[in-house]
Amino acid sequence: MEIPRHWRLKQQRYSLVGETCPHCEAKIFPPRDVCPTCGGEAKTQYTFSGKGEVFSYTTIYEAPSGYDETAPYTVALVKLEEGPIITAQLTDLGDQPVEIGMPVEMVTRKLRSENEDRGILIYGYKFRPVLSRAA
Amino acid sequence: MTDVIIAGIGQTPVGEHWEISLRSLAVKAMLAAINDAGGLRPQALFVGNMLAPAVSRQAHLGDLLADFAGLTGIEAVLVEASGASGAAALRQGYLAVASGAVDTALIVGVEKVTDYVGPEVDAALATASDSDFEAVQGVTPAALAALLMRRYMYEFDVPPDGLAGFALTAHENAAGNPHAMFQKAISLEAYQQAEMISEPLNMLDVAPNADGAAAVLLTRSDLLPRAYAQPQVKIAGSALASDTLALHDRSDLLAFDAVRISVEQALRRAGLTREQVDFFEYHDAFSIYAALSLEASGFAARGQGWKMAQDGSISRTGSLPCATLGGLKARGNPGGASGVYQAVEAAIQLRGQAGTAQVANAKVGLIQSLGGPAATAVTHVLQTV
Ligand SMILES: [Zn+2]
Repeated sequence: MEIPRHWRLKQQRYSLVGETCPHCEAKIFPPRDVCPTCGGEAKTQYTFSGKGEVFSYTTIYEAPSGYDETAPYTVALVKLEEGPIITAQLTDLGDQPVEIGMPVEMVTRKLRSENEDRGILIYGYKFRPVLSRAA
Repeated sequence: MTDVIIAGIGQTPVGEHWEISLRSLAVKAMLAAINDAGGLRPQALFVGNMLAPAVSRQAHLGDLLADFAGLTGIEAVLVEASGASGAAALRQGYLAVASGAVDTALIVGVEKVTDYVGPEVDAALATASDSDFEAVQGVTPAALAALLMRRYMYEFDVPPDGLAGFALTAHENAAGNPHAMFQKAISLEAYQQAEMISEPLNMLDVAPNADGAAAVLLTRSDLLPRAYAQPQVKIAGSALASDTLALHDRSDLLAFDAVRISVEQALRRAGLTREQVDFFEYHDAFSIYAALSLEASGFAARGQGWKMAQDGSISRTGSLPCATLGGLKARGNPGGASGVYQAVEAAIQLRGQAGTAQVANAKVGLIQSLGGPAATAVTHVLQTV
């Protein structure tokens, strides 16, 4: 029953498609058609690079239903290089300690698992450390 | 304008009420408030609740509670604004009485969270954030608070136990509140050793979700029964402000703008200044919320709110007593009911009936309730008449 809702979001979940404001050039994610910076109408599609840095982070040990089998997991506020901040899980961390300011990039991963009640499988963006910075 | 008076108050103890249903809990508080007001009959009922449809599979609470309290026929409606539901209901009741649309309004906040187990409650709580862009990432309200707390401690060089004073003060004050969930002081060592929930947020940074119901009955001063015996407490100012639903959509995540706006409006409407506020009931669902609320309310400079908990400013004898009957942290956090508990507790302080928890010479109290990380902020100014 929730499938159409998640299907409608696939451009955002898989490719970080947001908007850019034709009036003030603000980059907007998620898309909302009204620019949060200047209040103007903003419907021009814009695909984010998927690059950013960790603004804050924490670990979740007690997860909500649908997420408990992957707990513990790390979530972050990621500041995208185009400006907006988004909330996302961090992945592929290995032994690397997370730090504020750490460069990260977007990947697509499974977000939540199916459960017996009403859960459905959802894929979407997570962020992983950028291992070697471009010289 | 004629004063809007809190004529009656009622509350149940906060805790795990396995044996009592949502409706019984609410009706207890409602009848207590009516009784306290000398039997005044409400013409309208405003209910504050956030989780009943998810946790108790019960919507339409306005009608249900009017029905079971024996008030069938009156106007009755649910008001929902997540954790600020009760405070938003209080504002609707205040507006209804102040406008003259009704002579008397009953406001009840009720929450019943113990009917479900942890992960289900966490999932229900997460529906108050942005489902598509926060909750879908497995983020809980506690995790959002932890993200704010980490950033705050990073930007302002706060030591690991820098926020301890909020929990310590709350627990100390709750010792004087027979309705509180935890009526015992805790030590700094207990805070330092508390189990981590989501680093840097530990168990004692989090107000426990619990069951409870609180109610207030409002009327205009000229309509009080002749035999009314309680000291009069009025609602001098009321305001509600909104911010982005998702924390990440704010241009300044540590600013709590809705708090700032609602405090400025409520004080202006009351014709009072911050200096005249004798005590402050903030929304300490998480200790970081208390710090950010003190700053956004104008009681502390940016990045300095935590120091008010360290230096004793917020204790009962400090410059701005806070969480005077335990706050959400130690009285317990009954979700959508907590804003009404604050109104009941502030009325008790202003009536001078707080016993060992009494704030000396309390004339003006500020109460503030938040939905999410201050996505909604509701501030009321209560004052002795
Ligand atoms: Zn713009």
